[in-house]
Amino acid sequence: MNAFDNFFFIALPYAALLMFFVGTIYRYKATKFKFSSLSSQFLETRKLYWGSVPFHWGILFLFFGHLIAFLFPSSILLWNQQPVRLAILEISAFVGGIIAFVGIISLLYRRLTNPRIRKVTNYMDNILELLLIIQIFLGLWVAYGYRWGSSWFASILTPYLNSIFSFNPNIDAVIALPLVVQLHIILAFIIFMIIPFTRLVHLLVFPLSYLWRPYQKVIWNWNRRQVRNSRAKWNIHKPNNT
Amino acid sequence: MDVRSQISMLFHLDKCIGCHTCSLACKNIWTDRKGAEYMWWNNVETKPGTGYPTKWEDQGIYKGGWDRNAKGNISLTGSGKYKGLLNIFHNPHLPLLEDYYEPWTYKYLDLIESPAGDDQPTARPVSLVTGKPIDIKGGPNWDDDLSGTPEYARHDPNLKNLSPAEQEAMFQLEKMAMFYLPRICNHCLNPACVASCPSGAIYKRGEDGVVLINQKVCRAWRMCVTACPYKKSYYNWDTGKSEKCILCYPRLEAGLTPACMHSCVGRIRYLGVMLYDADKIEEAASAPIDELIDRQLDLILDPFDENIIESAKANGVADTTIHAAQTSPVYKFVKEWKIGLPLHAEYRTLPMLFYVPPMLPIMASLSQTDNSSQAEKLDPIAKFWDKNNLYDTTSESILQTVEQARFPVKYMANMFGAGNEEKVMEVLKKQLAVRVHRREVTVGDVGPELTNSTLNEVNLTAEIADDIYKLTSLAKFEDRFNIPPAHREQAFEMLENTGDVKGSTGFGFKEAPKRGL
Repeated sequence: MNAFDNFFFIALPYAALLMFFVGTIYRYKATKFKFSSLSSQFLETRKLYWGSVPFHWGILFLFFGHLIAFLFPSSILLWNQQPVRLAILEISAFVGGIIAFVGIISLLYRRLTNPRIRKVTNYMDNILELLLIIQIFLGLWVAYGYRWGSSWFASILTPYLNSIFSFNPNIDAVIALPLVVQLHIILAFIIFMIIPFTRLVHLLVFPLSYLWRPYQKVIWNWNRRQVRNSRAKWNIHKPNNT
Repeated sequence: MDVRSQISMLFHLDKCIGCHTCSLACKNIWTDRKGAEYMWWNNVETKPGTGYPTKWEDQGIYKGGWDRNAKGNISLTGSGKYKGLLNIFHNPHLPLLEDYYEPWTYKYLDLIESPAGDDQPTARPVSLVTGKPIDIKGGPNWDDDLSGTPEYARHDPNLKNLSPAEQEAMFQLEKMAMFYLPRICNHCLNPACVASCPSGAIYKRGEDGVVLINQKVCRAWRMCVTACPYKKSYYNWDTGKSEKCILCYPRLEAGLTPACMHSCVGRIRYLGVMLYDADKIEEAASAPIDELIDRQLDLILDPFDENIIESAKANGVADTTIHAAQTSPVYKFVKEWKIGLPLHAEYRTLPMLFYVPPMLPIMASLSQTDNSSQAEKLDPIAKFWDKNNLYDTTSESILQTVEQARFPVKYMANMFGAGNEEKVMEVLKKQLAVRVHRREVTVGDVGPELTNSTLNEVNLTAEIADDIYKLTSLAKFEDRFNIPPAHREQAFEMLENTGDVKGSTGFGFKEAPKRGL
């Protein structure tokens, strides 16, 4: 255990958590207008299709895979008891990674070559895209070189992450991991940390509530009956849609 | 019964001269900004033509509006809860910048700062998106006045269901006609944009029915652009937010007309308030296609009916609003005289802007004449009178019948009648009857018999015909613009506590509309 390990596996995760929550709340309160997915499909659609669709579905699959392994490690271990099922899980995860990787590479190509897209690119987009490419590449490397990730994630990383979230960090197992895996972990914290300062904020406002709200939406800026009732107390109804 | 009020506009298309003053007034106030250069919240199209964005009426391409299934339920055509969320990473039906046009400016400074040379310097067009020189392929009103052209007029989606012979007849040089169609957001009762917005950023204001996009809640999922069959929700590529016509609500609240209406040279626009029954919206929107227009007009309530007034009051509709509904010019056109029709009712959004379809110029005929005696009179130099055809605009009856109109009624019906020719025919005949009546009053050469039979055929009396004539031709500003006072004390509360904004400018939130990271 040395200072480097302490910094990357104890200090960084807490800094990332703090920056994520403080940054998100600050940006949501102060610059809500800037919360947007900033779609550029309007300016270019064909290349976006071959980038955005594989990237998003691939990364979603991987994200929920990691999340399940963290939340329900025993379920993954149980599944992996039979080699066939382990192979199915590992291969499909690897294919998901390849799909996401191809998607983000074509997104980067689109961003660099299309003059219209260059106009709507800022420095954080470039940084984020680079970090994601490295991260997916590292993930693929780990999956290929240090098998079988789905099993040892559940037995090594889940306890580590749990120790972080329970404010009792235990990094013994993590510092013994190969460098590639460590880099993957460190980069994950960094990406998590910069979410509020990039266009990634759009995943925080994913409109799931659309599924259960009624289709039509009418907003009364004041209570229409009460406002004409002379006996009702005067109060201010602010628009409830801000 | 859930009585609500709606600010509604009526366009008298016979009076539109296609000057685009409305578009410019709107542009100067609202969309003269980065990312909004290509947007025309108000635009004027030449019909027949493809419009803006190109072929917007072809829902086979853009998938806007609602579809009715065999059971009689409606669902969004190209978006909705499942289709929309599954297509959220890439919307296959999104119109692109090319479907509108790429905005540009010119490098005017080159005219002044170019070094001396043999040739005049030119100002090259540069894209307002990339800043690079572009070849202009389209622009605002690119097909203005181009009726009959193969690229534009003949690709008009409203020509569907017209036989090739009918289409050909429309575009013969001697018969060619066109009219102008000004369009803004229709502030629908069953808005597809609201229903399609995953974020819930779009809403209809209960008080006056204006449909707005909350710029702080919009997340650029772009479904409203697809869902609006009129393509009146626009994506701002710079801020990453969608925008649309706001019916100049800050002006309405201050008792002013919308900018488009205020600047209208032909005075074709009428603005008034109407009461409607919100409980029956879904039922009306799901009606079979041939009943659609009637069911929509049934939603609009009679503001003189005692019961309706009572339930309106119980629902918090102000007395001033009820009074304005009783004197609303739009109510007169749409409900009393029934000569205002919604545009493309078949999209099932229940648009609350109405159009009086135009009476196109009566059809002229070509006849052979002998011009030799005329030619004799000309001196030898000017002697060029070999055309033995007469372009004759007179006809046996002073006013022709609607059947002889230059456009097949089917074409008009595709736009204003949801395909129902009778609906449009009825409106055109009423307008014709008013003209016959006024001809009799002012010139007196029609004869009382023909006048009365024409009026009777469409159930008009001389008094009503005079009223229609007055509101159509002589209406003063107050006659055309009649909305209830905005109740400024409350209107301001729609936005903010007045104390909070004391000393500041503008309206709404005060965060700079800057693109996010």
